[in-house]
Amino acid sequence: MLQGWIIVAASFAYIGLLFAIAWYGDKRAEQGRSVIANPWIYSLSLAVYATAWTFYGSVGRAASDGVGFLPIYLGPTLMLVLWWFVVRKMIRIAKANRITSLADFVASRYGKSALLGGLVTVVAVVGIVPYISLQLKAISGSFNLLMQYPRTVVPARAGAETFLQDTAFYVALILALFTIAFGTRKLDAAERHEGMVAAVAFESIVKLVAFLAVGIYVTYGMFDGFADVFARAAARPELRDLMTPFTNAARHADWSWMTLLSMLAIVCLPRQFQVAVIENVDEKHLARAVWLFPLYMLLINLFVLPIAFGGLLHFAGTRVDADTFVLTLPMSQHREGLALLVFLGGLSAATGMVIVETIALSTMVCNDLVMPVLLRLTHYNFRERKDFPALLLDIRRGAIVTILMLGYLYFVVAGDAYALVSTGLISFAAAAQFGPVLLGGLYWKGATRAGALAGLSGGFAVWAYTALLPAVAKSGWAATDLLANGPRGIEWLKPTQLFGLHISDPTSHAMLWSMIVNVGLYVGVSVFSRAGTIEAAQAAHFVDAYTETAEPGPAWHGAKSVEALQAVVARFLGAGRSAELFAAYAKSRGHADAAALAADADLVRFAELQLAGTIGAASARTMVATARDADALRHRAGDEASQVIAYSHQLEEKQRELEAATAGLRAANERLQELDRLKDDFISTVTHELRTPLTSIRAFSEILHDNPQLDEAERHRFLGLVIKESERLTRLINQVLDLAKLESGVAEWHTEEIDLAEIVREAENATAPLFRSKSIAVETVVGEVPPRVMADRDRLMQVMLNLLSNAVKFCPERGGRVQVRVVRAGAEARVDVRDNGPGISPEHQKVIFEKFRQVGDTLTQKPAGSGLGLTICSQIIGHFGGRLWVRSAPGHGSEFSFALPAVVAVPRAAASA
Amino acid sequence: MSERRVLIAEDEESILASLEFVVRAAGHEVRLARDGEQALAALREFRPDLVLLDLMLPRRSGLEVCAAVRADPALVATKVLMLTARGGSNDITRGLAAGADAYMVKPFSTRELGERVRAMLGS
Repeated sequence: MLQGWIIVAASFAYIGLLFAIAWYGDKRAEQGRSVIANPWIYSLSLAVYATAWTFYGSVGRAASDGVGFLPIYLGPTLMLVLWWFVVRKMIRIAKANRITSLADFVASRYGKSALLGGLVTVVAVVGIVPYISLQLKAISGSFNLLMQYPRTVVPARAGAETFLQDTAFYVALILALFTIAFGTRKLDAAERHEGMVAAVAFESIVKLVAFLAVGIYVTYGMFDGFADVFARAAARPELRDLMTPFTNAARHADWSWMTLLSMLAIVCLPRQFQVAVIENVDEKHLARAVWLFPLYMLLINLFVLPIAFGGLLHFAGTRVDADTFVLTLPMSQHREGLALLVFLGGLSAATGMVIVETIALSTMVCNDLVMPVLLRLTHYNFRERKDFPALLLDIRRGAIVTILMLGYLYFVVAGDAYALVSTGLISFAAAAQFGPVLLGGLYWKGATRAGALAGLSGGFAVWAYTALLPAVAKSGWAATDLLANGPRGIEWLKPTQLFGLHISDPTSHAMLWSMIVNVGLYVGVSVFSRAGTIEAAQAAHFVDAYTETAEPGPAWHGAKSVEALQAVVARFLGAGRSAELFAAYAKSRGHADAAALAADADLVRFAELQLAGTIGAASARTMVATARDADALRHRAGDEASQVIAYSHQLEEKQRELEAATAGLRAANERLQELDRLKDDFISTVTHELRTPLTSIRAFSEILHDNPQLDEAERHRFLGLVIKESERLTRLINQVLDLAKLESGVAEWHTEEIDLAEIVREAENATAPLFRSKSIAVETVVGEVPPRVMADRDRLMQVMLNLLSNAVKFCPERGGRVQVRVVRAGAEARVDVRDNGPGISPEHQKVIFEKFRQVGDTLTQKPAGSGLGLTICSQIIGHFGGRLWVRSAPGHGSEFSFALPAVVAVPRAAASA
Repeated sequence: MSERRVLIAEDEESILASLEFVVRAAGHEVRLARDGEQALAALREFRPDLVLLDLMLPRRSGLEVCAAVRADPALVATKVLMLTARGGSNDITRGLAAGADAYMVKPFSTRELGERVRAMLGS
């Protein structure tokens, strides 16, 4: 027998268990060993989405609507696909700005607007109240039902009953106390409520287990499996309709609207924002939630239809409310244990929702509604108060009690008008009003504060008229003829048939009109209004959250002292915590202590951020402004002005950076154009150089071909010229290719330690016949220490051969003399090749190392060679870290020299040791 | 066919030799110049009927030599055939603007050169 005290004791024991889990979670968090830092807990905490509405209401909906309960779960499943993009961005932003709530988020995005934050809070509180009432109704209803055991029908509430005899009132009160204990133990809202999340995750397991248990019991215990339940339901004509999803076109539209509605709700509901964004520990957890959460949704919906059909079949002809089937089915079978488990599951679903939602709302009420008003109204006296932490907690506690009492009030006023699901949908439609400002703010920089205010208030007004008003009116608290005939009998203003539009489902109707007004005003007003400076900065900051690294928020410019800032933070977080934070900040900036800090824009931003975690962005801004006020009263009205100045400073700096970057780019561009021109010149010159020998080869080939009568000597001379020019052509091509290889860096180098004197001797041996043929005397001098260098043997040989053959080329026909010297000069090994030719004028000395620049030994004749030799030599010597140069004077011969870093001589003994 | 005077101005020795052969084979009197200065001197003294002129001569460019031909009243009838290793339209335009009568791009055909010489000397 289920006795009353067992139910009460079980309820309190369960709540006690939750509290223990929460306490343990907080304890672990304080020790830095978070229990919620894993993706499973995160995903389970998201399941706070499944409330008493899901637990009891889905079956009720399915009993009247068949699969119509499904869109509410399809929407989030669809939305989860986008989470990785949308919610991850929100998490980034929320962490960077220490966002404390949905209202704070929206206010921050639109220029830290206190007005907008307040509006969001009002919409959220008013919108969510029906939802909370739904939970109260479910808990008290299931409690009352269980108390009637074994009866399965609760007598209608007697009108005379006072609230003191109403279970729902006590439920609200107990939940308020419980939430206060859970959520307002400490102050910094941005330091997450780890214990609460752990408890919510646990509750998600309990409600799932309970629902699956009753589902399995009904399907397999009372019936013979799915097939049996469906077959029996199909046999009843009145149930067969429920099994066909879309009976007409209007149903399609309803499905679409419901899906869209729940897609928005899973992001916009304050409690979902709280667990998904604010309480998130690690954005990587999202990846797991993306499939785990839909799986949870699937499991908890698996048995909805069997239970609904089972209930309809079992209770056919009785007055049992379909919303209670989950509980009444096991009760009717005298399964007391199962019934108690179901009750606890429902309790889990409801309390989880109420706790998270109320904490989220109370933070919003405190930070975005009460604080801004207090800071404004009671100006100086209030701002100078020292007991802020206690005051803030009191405000939040008051807000929690107020919100729950509002929920109870709604339950009393309109609780009976609709079934559970319909009541919940009213709240969904209210939360959906945040969709445009929230999502638009993430992706559209052009969205302005004015647009957000207009869109949100417009959408909210339409929602209140088309969704909230009918619910209240239906309960008899407002004139019902308003619903039937429209205000003052104006037909087209009927709340449920606005402009004569007939949509069977009131939520779809409300969604359609409120979204048209909301989005229309949001976009329209945004397009036609201008964003202020802070607003524009915040917009960019939010929209570019993925690409931005540093927080560029509005900088302050004006007199403030570090002490003043620290004092402001201390007023809210306590002197100890404030000193700690400032010391840590100083350390991160490389200072020994906070006294060494400069009160610059960064520090102001830091102070503002710390406060934002406690009192929200808009209030934080106001409070930090007072720090400056105290310092320099003359700046009192300078809030905006000082920021404008700071901005213009930033702009100037940015402009300077831009100018520097532009100059750099211009120089780079000029350099590129120059290189391009050089390349064109090079190609044109190469072409010219190739055409010259080709011209001779072709000409003599034709002459030889066309003139068979040529005498042998002439024929021989012409053929010799063809051969010589062919060789020249070959050499030229080889050198061009060689140079291309050197310049593009693809040349292969075999660097080794080389005795320079040895290379010189080899080169002289190779060119000896050339010297002999021209009767040029060669004289070689090698220093005492033969210098050794790191180089490629073949390449160095190439350089030597080139210099020697150049020397031969320019020596006079008679009495030519070439001197070669190999010496160690300081850290360098040097080779000089000196000829007694005509010498090179200073202006020519500059250009001979360039490509194709040759200087003739006589003014009428070009020297043989491609004009690439010295360029190639330069490249080779340069590659080994050396240099190549010439010293010469007209009439006094030329001396080409190159120097390479010498290898430091290591004594043999040391080397072998 | 009467013998005419042809000045050949070219700094590449082997090309010069081939040009000399072709013009001599056609039976004309030839004078050689290896740079712009020599060419200018030869103009005054040799009074050629035709100048085979390399565009890129050392000391004085072919363009300068060409301009000198056009500026000299005594050389009104002298024809100029410009030779260049650069086939760019810019070079051709400049050559023709300086008063050249015809233009050949290296490497050229000796047969075509012979034809051109014959045509330009009107023989």
